[in-house]
Amino acid sequence: MKRIILTSILFAAFLSACAPVDLNASMPPFDPGIDPNAWVHIPAGEFFFGQYENVVSTGSYEIMITDVTALQYACYLNAAVADGTLKVEGDSVLGYYPGDEFRSVKHELNIKAGDWQYIPLTDPSQRVKFDGTRFTVQTGYENHPMTMVTWFGARGYCQYYDASLPSEIQWEKAARGTDTRPFPWGDEIHRENANFYASRDPFENMSSFGSRTSPVGFYNGKTYNGYLTLNSKSPYGLYDMAGNVWQWVDDALEGFSDRFMKGGSKDTYDMNLRIWTRNSAPPMYYGPGVGFRCVKNP
Amino acid sequence: MHFIKERFNYLFKSTKGLIFVAVAMIALETAFFGMLSGPMAEYGIRDVVIRIFKMDLVQAEREGRIIILYHSIAMAVIAIETYMVTSTLMMKDFYKMAVRVLVSIGYIMVMIFGMGFAYWGHNWVLHGLFITGLALIFFAGVLLCVALWPWNTEYYITNKDYARSKGGVDIERLAFFTTAVTTVLSAFFGAIPGSFFGNGFVVFLAENVIRLPHKTTLQYSIIGHLHIMLALIAIMITLIVGRWLNFKGIWHKMAMPLMILGCIVLNLGVWGVATPLEPVAHMIIYVGATPSMLAALFLLIWSWNKFIKDGTNHLAKPTFFHKLSAMVRDPLKFGPTWQMLFMNFTTSGIGIFMAIELDKIFRLWPAREERIELTGHWHALSAIIATIILMYYGDMVGLKGKTRQLYGWALIFSSDIALSAVTIFEMKRLFISEAVQQPLVNGLMYAIDFGLGLLLVLLAFVMVWRLIDLFKSKGRWTEEGTQELTDEVAI
Repeated sequence: MKRIILTSILFAAFLSACAPVDLNASMPPFDPGIDPNAWVHIPAGEFFFGQYENVVSTGSYEIMITDVTALQYACYLNAAVADGTLKVEGDSVLGYYPGDEFRSVKHELNIKAGDWQYIPLTDPSQRVKFDGTRFTVQTGYENHPMTMVTWFGARGYCQYYDASLPSEIQWEKAARGTDTRPFPWGDEIHRENANFYASRDPFENMSSFGSRTSPVGFYNGKTYNGYLTLNSKSPYGLYDMAGNVWQWVDDALEGFSDRFMKGGSKDTYDMNLRIWTRNSAPPMYYGPGVGFRCVKNP
Repeated sequence: MHFIKERFNYLFKSTKGLIFVAVAMIALETAFFGMLSGPMAEYGIRDVVIRIFKMDLVQAEREGRIIILYHSIAMAVIAIETYMVTSTLMMKDFYKMAVRVLVSIGYIMVMIFGMGFAYWGHNWVLHGLFITGLALIFFAGVLLCVALWPWNTEYYITNKDYARSKGGVDIERLAFFTTAVTTVLSAFFGAIPGSFFGNGFVVFLAENVIRLPHKTTLQYSIIGHLHIMLALIAIMITLIVGRWLNFKGIWHKMAMPLMILGCIVLNLGVWGVATPLEPVAHMIIYVGATPSMLAALFLLIWSWNKFIKDGTNHLAKPTFFHKLSAMVRDPLKFGPTWQMLFMNFTTSGIGIFMAIELDKIFRLWPAREERIELTGHWHALSAIIATIILMYYGDMVGLKGKTRQLYGWALIFSSDIALSAVTIFEMKRLFISEAVQQPLVNGLMYAIDFGLGLLLVLLAFVMVWRLIDLFKSKGRWTEEGTQELTDEVAI
């Protein structure tokens, strides 16, 4: 009898691992009330960069207070496809990139000039939909960060609006301010500070689809249907600089085709939300936990 | 007072007592600090532990804490291997005692003061004592090399069943000596960059810089150090297992020179990453790893053959099932070589597959995915080495009958279930996308938690049993006090 019970438990555990995941499960319709079109001014000056607090200086710049949302990106696609900046080919949106200088360093990819994929259209995790004529956003995801976007697609969006992706230094300064805090809001992290792996936010279900994105600016101190968030903006007033989605930054190192990503995501443990933590991937990579925001340099 | 003195003498002067203390220290540290790891954080246990024990965890110092944690566990493992070597091979009593005193004081200082420094604020006295502990272990290593000197005629052998030179030099002893010398030298590859980076506390984990195209010599040195030290611990435990099982005959004669060759070439390759040879260092490492792994394979072939012969010699015509049954009859002696074979799935296989497909597959994924594979496969190797040590420990404390079967098979099954799940977890991106992976991840996590949990529970039972035994006036410990491993080598 004991053997039957043990075998049944193991079998049930195995079956639970095979359960299908509903990628279109309903999304709680929370409105944080943060304007994704708002930008904030970051003054010129020194700050502590990286884990070991090297003093680095930047000029002044403006940066979006939230990640680019799915709705913003859909609007961009409609405009850019209409004016011929972008084209739809097969199941991808493509745009031009002038290429990287190739130095034949070990493991370096040759990123040549030409059309590169901005976003995939048929991937089940893609929340921006294309009906053959117009781009729309899956209901419930309008104010969520744009994901499933390559570095090319992130760069293309920013450039279209006369902006650019932030450099890693600009990104860290905007997240950290002028002190040495490890998180945008301070020294400690709690579950109500940010959307990270198993943070028990209203958007995740760890027995099914796992962690999902939260609306931009969600962690602003408001209570949503009984779920109290902590106001987790950075010293300059930016939201989601830790958790939710990794954010592409602009930097490219010599002989290294990867691009860096910052901030951690809904899929990472809290230590990856520390401001100096880096992730990287080739610029053609896209995923459900990767987004971006833009800066404007004077 | 006499009560304490007797127990103290057993725990700190006898081979089995010393090994018991080191295993217990590792068990305690693993169980306690394991509560701060990822899954425990998920359940909220980490926060409770931090609060109750008043830990002082600065976010920017996480990498430094982990480095000290790894070192403190590794030093205790090195101490265990040192006790085994000094109990198995002939050497002068002075060296045996000096090596054991140095390594024991060293690893206990590293564990207590290192962890105190890392997790409970920065008392610099503790840091100094931690470094002192490491230095003592280094000196113990140097003394061990002297003690193992294979060209001392006292240690020459005449028995032609074992690998020996024409003049009588014990080639197995030479293999132990080579491993010990290269371990001491390879410690420099961590100590020098450690002094440099530690001076300014600019610490980093190798897996976090692995993708950067331009690494400094000292960064390469750190990467090389962690790889070679783990490889050398694995080589040493393979040699120890060979001695325990009384490895001999033609397979022994082929294996020992290969072990020496592999060990030297492997070291040259790993040291090469910190030199202009870096572009070809990996090729040298592959060349070195091959003979070492072949030598382990020869041990496996010889031992499995021996188990079959010993277990079926009463049968005129043993069937396949008779042979299989004989081979696996004693899980504690079958287990170590099985785990070495299993390692090819969790560590070597993954490593080789990653090396071959690095640019085509793994470098197209985010660095954090590659990091999972990197950390996963060497954690798996460490766990395998730990289970082999525990199998030997089970044998040396005299487990018999059903207890021996239960302990041995539980060690094999629990670790293999956990490490198989770890390996699938590492490679999951090959067959499942991020968006739909959660149920699979949950299933794998259950398997990992079940396997590792069972392993720790098993270890806890053994430790409690041994602790209770210590309170008995005629306990098992009274017999173990004078026993040496060399007297218990399989016949």
